[in-house]
Amino acid sequence: MNQIVTPVSLGSYRDQTAEVRARFDRLKAREVILDVRNLCKLFGSGKKTTTALNDINFRTHRREFLCVVGPSGCGKSTLARILAGLEEQTSGEVLLTGKPVTGPGSDRGMVFQGYTLFPWLTVKKNVMFGLEVNGRGRHESEQQALQWLQLVGLEKFADAYPHQLSGGMKQRVAIVRALAIQPRILLMDEPFGALDAQTRCRMQAHLLEIWRKIDVTIVFITHDLEEAIFLADRILVLCAHPGEVQELIEVPVPRPRSAAQFISPTFLATKARLEELIHSKAHDEDDEEAETYSMVTRLTQVADNVE
Amino acid sequence: MKTRWLQVLKPIAPRTQLVFGSMSFVLPILLWCLVSYVPFVWHPQILITQPGSVEYLEPGMRMNRQAFEDEVADAGNDDKALPEGYPANPIYLPAPHEVAMALYTAFTTPPVSQDGQWLHQSLWHSIQIIFWGFVISSAIGVPLGVLCGTFGIFSRLNEPFIEFFRYLPAPAFGALAVAILGIYDGPKITIIVIGTLFQQVLIIANTTRKLDVALVEAALTLGTRNAKLLTRVVIPGILPDLYRDQRILLGWAWTYLIVAELIGTTSGITWFITLQARYQHFANVYAAIMMIGIIGLGIDMVLALLGRWLFPWDRSLAKTA
Repeated sequence: MNQIVTPVSLGSYRDQTAEVRARFDRLKAREVILDVRNLCKLFGSGKKTTTALNDINFRTHRREFLCVVGPSGCGKSTLARILAGLEEQTSGEVLLTGKPVTGPGSDRGMVFQGYTLFPWLTVKKNVMFGLEVNGRGRHESEQQALQWLQLVGLEKFADAYPHQLSGGMKQRVAIVRALAIQPRILLMDEPFGALDAQTRCRMQAHLLEIWRKIDVTIVFITHDLEEAIFLADRILVLCAHPGEVQELIEVPVPRPRSAAQFISPTFLATKARLEELIHSKAHDEDDEEAETYSMVTRLTQVADNVE
Repeated sequence: MKTRWLQVLKPIAPRTQLVFGSMSFVLPILLWCLVSYVPFVWHPQILITQPGSVEYLEPGMRMNRQAFEDEVADAGNDDKALPEGYPANPIYLPAPHEVAMALYTAFTTPPVSQDGQWLHQSLWHSIQIIFWGFVISSAIGVPLGVLCGTFGIFSRLNEPFIEFFRYLPAPAFGALAVAILGIYDGPKITIIVIGTLFQQVLIIANTTRKLDVALVEAALTLGTRNAKLLTRVVIPGILPDLYRDQRILLGWAWTYLIVAELIGTTSGITWFITLQARYQHFANVYAAIMMIGIIGLGIDMVLALLGRWLFPWDRSLAKTA
């Protein structure tokens, strides 16, 4: 990622306008949905043990949009999987509305990077799936599924199979499939990572739109810093080896968000801070890589320069 | 433009597909015609038409070309009548048209003995043996395979023993099967079951293990539990592949047919083949063998079409079938 050239001082990412501060006050006044306490996760055993997550603590309030960023290997995905109940923590607790999480459940929805739509079901039946396995009747499920598809503008594709959809459409279906069972929180593990840049922008706007309309708390894992700033109320920054919380940043960019804000001072200040956090820790490894690049022998003629 | 025939992993044009697809049948038949109809290709024997002065020769007899030429030379030296004949292949290699005729006449010829069976009756009997063998094998093998693929403990409990058992040749159980089940269809079906079942469990367990685990995780996060995970995710998820496996395994069952039918009282198409071979009606033998191929391929093609209709979402099926 390019270093930001800062012509004037951007001010601190901690500076919040009165409006933004008021919004954070309202947010923090809402009840705590997700409470993560002293979460640790070790992989392997004996001498080969690696610490994926070390003493993670944070709280998320109802209807908050939390992004989790960090360099590769910081355990972002592991964190999401533990929250979803797909993996078990080594120690510590995850409390959802005060009750400990012990396994996967319909109170937490999850959207994966690889879409994971059921290929043998039509779009509509994919959305109905969660409703039906949770005991809802076929007719009721179908009505609700169609409403959800309308919300993301895919009602025309209700009877199509997933393989007939584009990546962005598949991910929209995956999102409403997870939302249809009305989970308290929606976990998203790099959901837009496989999409092209334009589709990703549209999907981000789409997601904010959905989030505004529905009572759901979103925990969004990403490695794209701009994406995190654009979407989040707060950003949980992790560092790698071991995965630890570096900072929980309150994004000072006002809502509603728009693409124009990407060059606003608050946005750039936040981005500068994120890059500082993520790159300072990863510095040593980056140096190693830089060194190997400079070792490449010149294989073109001396006069034949490209820059 | 120059057509490039050999391109790694590139799909080929439908026309080319058709041409090469038909050639896979046409070429072997052409080779067979060449050997049968062109007199100077192979034809190691002479079919006698006129015995001439040679006493032991009779019309319709076959003898080696060398021996025939010796006799002709001898008769010529003695100024006697020359034996006559034309080049022929051994009796075990009938010409294509003879086999084609036999394919037809085999169905129209009444059985030799009174308690004998028409060809279509023999074939029907064989098909029933295969059917029941495969149904019984699948009734055990498919659920067991899916369970082994889904749950580690089932896999550990069954697969080591099955790995061992599948190396035991099915026909080795023939005598045992006759002792237990008598001489009629029981032991024949048993051989087909033994030949198919153990492979079936292992193949289906492997297919089940190949299911994308992310689909199971997605279902878990949607609140799916226990039995529903099996019935609503695992089974529908592997169904197209399972179906493909079953098609391959059905072919497998066919290969055990002849051995199975030799056990106890010989029956079905095998009975027809052994009888015709005894009378040296080799055209009929080839016709019967081809019949098995035609039925097998026919069933598989029907199943392939059925699969495309059953699993409209399956990408790999659309590509291969």
